[in-house]
Amino acid sequence: MILLPVLPIIIPLAGAILCMLFRRNLALQRDLALSVSTLLLIVAVGLMAYTRDGTIAVLHVGGWEAPLGITLAVDMLSSVMLVLAGLLAVAVSVYACFDLDTPRVKFGFFPLMLILLMGVNGAFVTGDLFNLYVCFEVLLTASFILLALGGERPQLEGSIKYVALNLLSSALFLAGVGILYGMAGTLNMAELAVVVQQGERGGLVTMVAVMFMMAFGIKAGMFPLYFWLPASYPTPPAAVSALFSGLLTKVGVYSLIRVFTLIFCTDPEFLHTLILIGAGLTMLSGVLAAASHYEMRKILSVHIVSQIGYIVMGLGLFTHLALAGTIIYLAHNIIVKTNLFLVAGAVNRLKGTYDLHKLGGLYKERPGLSILFLISAMSLAGVPPLSGFFAKLTLIIAGLQQEAWLIVAVALIVSLLTLYSMTKIWAYVFWKPAPNELPDLNPMTPAAWFIFLLPMVGFTVITIGIGIFAGPVFDYAQSAAGQLMDPSGYINAVLGGGE
Amino acid sequence: MTSLILRTATRYMFPPLLVFSVYLLLRGHHYPGGGFVGGLFAGSAFTLYALAFNVESARKLLRFDPRDITAVGLAVALASGIPALFSGYAFMTGTWWKVPIRPGVVIDVGSPLIFDIGVYLVVLGVLLTLVFSLGEEE
Repeated sequence: MILLPVLPIIIPLAGAILCMLFRRNLALQRDLALSVSTLLLIVAVGLMAYTRDGTIAVLHVGGWEAPLGITLAVDMLSSVMLVLAGLLAVAVSVYACFDLDTPRVKFGFFPLMLILLMGVNGAFVTGDLFNLYVCFEVLLTASFILLALGGERPQLEGSIKYVALNLLSSALFLAGVGILYGMAGTLNMAELAVVVQQGERGGLVTMVAVMFMMAFGIKAGMFPLYFWLPASYPTPPAAVSALFSGLLTKVGVYSLIRVFTLIFCTDPEFLHTLILIGAGLTMLSGVLAAASHYEMRKILSVHIVSQIGYIVMGLGLFTHLALAGTIIYLAHNIIVKTNLFLVAGAVNRLKGTYDLHKLGGLYKERPGLSILFLISAMSLAGVPPLSGFFAKLTLIIAGLQQEAWLIVAVALIVSLLTLYSMTKIWAYVFWKPAPNELPDLNPMTPAAWFIFLLPMVGFTVITIGIGIFAGPVFDYAQSAAGQLMDPSGYINAVLGGGE
Repeated sequence: MTSLILRTATRYMFPPLLVFSVYLLLRGHHYPGGGFVGGLFAGSAFTLYALAFNVESARKLLRFDPRDITAVGLAVALASGIPALFSGYAFMTGTWWKVPIRPGVVIDVGSPLIFDIGVYLVVLGVLLTLVFSLGEEE
């Protein structure tokens, strides 16, 4: 226990250092990235097993007890996120081995990816607001470079919007952290929870809470400041897009969940209603924007926004069941969304374009790839018996229990519109006859193609698996949500000395 | 830019700057100083050299690629967390050793110093990576 919670941070850092040292040996970097990601996944699964019975893995780095030292605390939600990050890392490394052009790899794609993972994992395990900020900066800095890597014109344009909005969000975050520190005298999340719950400075707490909501909302891609996301995510290569869509916005969502269940839960009537309104508008605006696009990655990117709405909806409802729904949805969305981006990348690999009008007839040529897309797309839309169905069902039942009719109605309508968007891609890219013969650009041997598709197959199996084993998954999400609804366990584990 | 005064001054300034950077590094645990400032000082010594002569000769003087220095620095900083594990403490817990340097004189050397050396190298490496690549872009 003296090492386990810190391993998700150390492993990618060590991997990145090795990649930097061997930066001329690209083949070795690939192997390193792959083995480091696999190791990360194993450690994450280990942590998941350790926290399965509700124990919270706490580590005070450097031996300084909370609230003075650097606290790492892994509960069930964190360990789910770590496992998902590990899965994604493995999939993206395999994918990048085949898809990424040599100049990008030479410029340091793999070390940057590992540093990004270090930041992401750090955000998931930290028990301290300031360290959360630091982790955000680490992952943002890596993501800035990854986004601009290659220096194509649209990439740079997207990067400017991305950097500007994210810096604004970081500034808000840091200001919030500063005010909170001035008010409470601590930034340890567990101690903050105790101080805020004593509830002496009501108004100021609410104000800081809204600042955090804005800061994390921007990073998560929530309404109204989400426009940087569709502007930047479709520009880099598919491997980077997949990594971003799977992890970056989800770190924002994770932080929202963490902060608004642990610290700012004194005034749910105002704060969580605000989140709920934001969630509804996020869902709607995302899905409506998707209707106007005819580029695969653009459609998928604006759908990230609308999906974030669903995830945050559960937090806004703020009941045990709703949070369980949020957790299932988060897991489902990371897997499915990444997979859709990977499939879109594979289509581009075959045909050299993402344009819906130019593509066509892929079902005839590549039935396997088409099935992979279809399953993920249907899962995203919420067709039973796939993972998306159960995630949405849980959220909607939770909404009905709360008698929040409006948000339920919005969720259902958006679900229908998502189906429309997904069938649009399906019909244009896979079903309609090809408008004019596009040459098959794929130079891969069948064996290489198979390995290239392997991550997508894996994700598809997982989304079906979550649907089939919905019972155990739901139980797990229920207990994770239980931990969130009753933060006393977390607080005791962190402040009670830990191990 | 060629300036005889700057070049001559740099020749005299360069060694003291480096020595001073190590001095800052070593006193950093209890007094103002430490790896970050030390690294900046060492970096500025090489920057001065690059300004007075040229980037190429500064690179030659440094001998190692600054990016390698950064990577090694990160590795050293990471490694400083490991000794604590052998004594069963949490990662990064400060561990101290008594090192006799000559009969009757014993100094305390601890893992924070190793961490500081790592920071020193990282700052030096990053700074020189920036300066050298800016200086060469002509």
